[in-house]
Amino acid sequence: MAGGMKIYGKHRFPGRLFIVEGIDGSGKSTQLMLLQKWLESEGYVVYFSEWNSSPLVRDVTKRGKKKHMLTPMTFSLIHATDFADRTEHDIIPPLKAGAVVLADRYIFTAFARDVVRGVSPSWVRGLYEFAVKPTVSFYFRAPLDVAMKRILGGRDAIKYYEAGMDLGLSDDIEVCFELFQGKIIEQYEKMVDEFGLVPIDATRSIEEQQAEVRRIVMQALEGTKKTRIRRWLDLASLAKGSRA
Amino acid sequence: MARFSFFSEGLPGIDLEELKGKLIVLEGTDGVGRSTHIGLLKQWLENNGHAVLDTGMTRSPLAGKRLKQAKEGHTLGGIAMSLFYATDFADRLENEIIPALRAGFIVLTDRYIYSLMARAIVRGADPEWLREVYGFALKPDAIFYLRVNIDDLVTRVLQSTGFNYWESGMDLHMGEDLYESFVRYQRWLLGEFDKMVETYGFDIVDASGTIEEVFPRLRDRIQRIVERNGHAQ
Repeated sequence: MAGGMKIYGKHRFPGRLFIVEGIDGSGKSTQLMLLQKWLESEGYVVYFSEWNSSPLVRDVTKRGKKKHMLTPMTFSLIHATDFADRTEHDIIPPLKAGAVVLADRYIFTAFARDVVRGVSPSWVRGLYEFAVKPTVSFYFRAPLDVAMKRILGGRDAIKYYEAGMDLGLSDDIEVCFELFQGKIIEQYEKMVDEFGLVPIDATRSIEEQQAEVRRIVMQALEGTKKTRIRRWLDLASLAKGSRA
Repeated sequence: MARFSFFSEGLPGIDLEELKGKLIVLEGTDGVGRSTHIGLLKQWLENNGHAVLDTGMTRSPLAGKRLKQAKEGHTLGGIAMSLFYATDFADRLENEIIPALRAGFIVLTDRYIYSLMARAIVRGADPEWLREVYGFALKPDAIFYLRVNIDDLVTRVLQSTGFNYWESGMDLHMGEDLYESFVRYQRWLLGEFDKMVETYGFDIVDASGTIEEVFPRLRDRIQRIVERNGHAQ
């Protein structure tokens, strides 16, 4: 960490950082996956950053969650620790190298979740001051009932902290989950203006949403490097040419 | 009115009115005898009828074990490491220190946020940012800063455990060998502590003498804190 800590908005890197946010069931991960495929087919160097990169921090988080040992404060701090590790190891180096970095959820997830748990909004914003400001932050805006329909039934059991059970909103995990997600949406809506999140209407078709995302990303990509070695015919361009 | 307050925003869900005990911090660099003094103080306070909790860094049930591993393997970057320490501290604050204060204990803590901040600063974290992050901590009743100069410190460490990798800041690559690195690292830490003396109202205790010489000075000052009935700092 030579040279000290850079503050949000002050990093200068040749790469680009695109992130997606939204509640579970908003379809953001699908959209990000489609964006990744497209960027790769266009020849960009794409790096996909995932959560929970450090095994040590992951162990603590897992244990804390399993044994319900986490308070709003330790929940917030352990996720910030993990995010810092991800920033230092996973996000800054590829951005320095000029890559396009994609992240499924970012600091806004933490802001929403922690504030709903009662942590001070200004404190948690300060906590993440070391984060790199994204080139574009997409917010997949889905009404609660639409998201709930997508989630319930089609996935594994909802987990304790995921449903906000620690908040004691309800004893029924599904009811609690819905109440919790509703509060998360309120927080996201507040952050649209505060952080310039780009809202995408997640009730539209997957194709329509992806077209809009690609249009916005394309504008932000000017001057970004592509892979240097280009063959006349590679698999990517073949796939691009064929219409499904 | 509550005796205690937070540095800034504070912990959610804590009623400060309920906290009755005393929170006493011993700070200082490695090898100044903090843990020896805490052991003696605990005995003395208990003999006088006070219930005492002694606690130290990196021992939380949540993160303590992994934190030790992270430190030994030095795999985490500076910011992540600083936050890992903050997580561990928050766990101890909420699950050990606050319940003990609620029960009216005297809490003696071997280091507090100040050491954590000093170590994070020398590893590149922004001091302003750290102050914000640790805003959730409780302000202690007193902070005793066991101060020694660097020559005394070197002698002491040589006489006890010798230079260890971490206490010498070898992860920072500050010198060719453990001795050089130890001196530079500890001098830097001392500098950071000295900067905090006024900001946080440290009570400086000259720790250059023997335990027998230093302990009475500490004991007399703590006596006054224990007898005092006012607000924490």
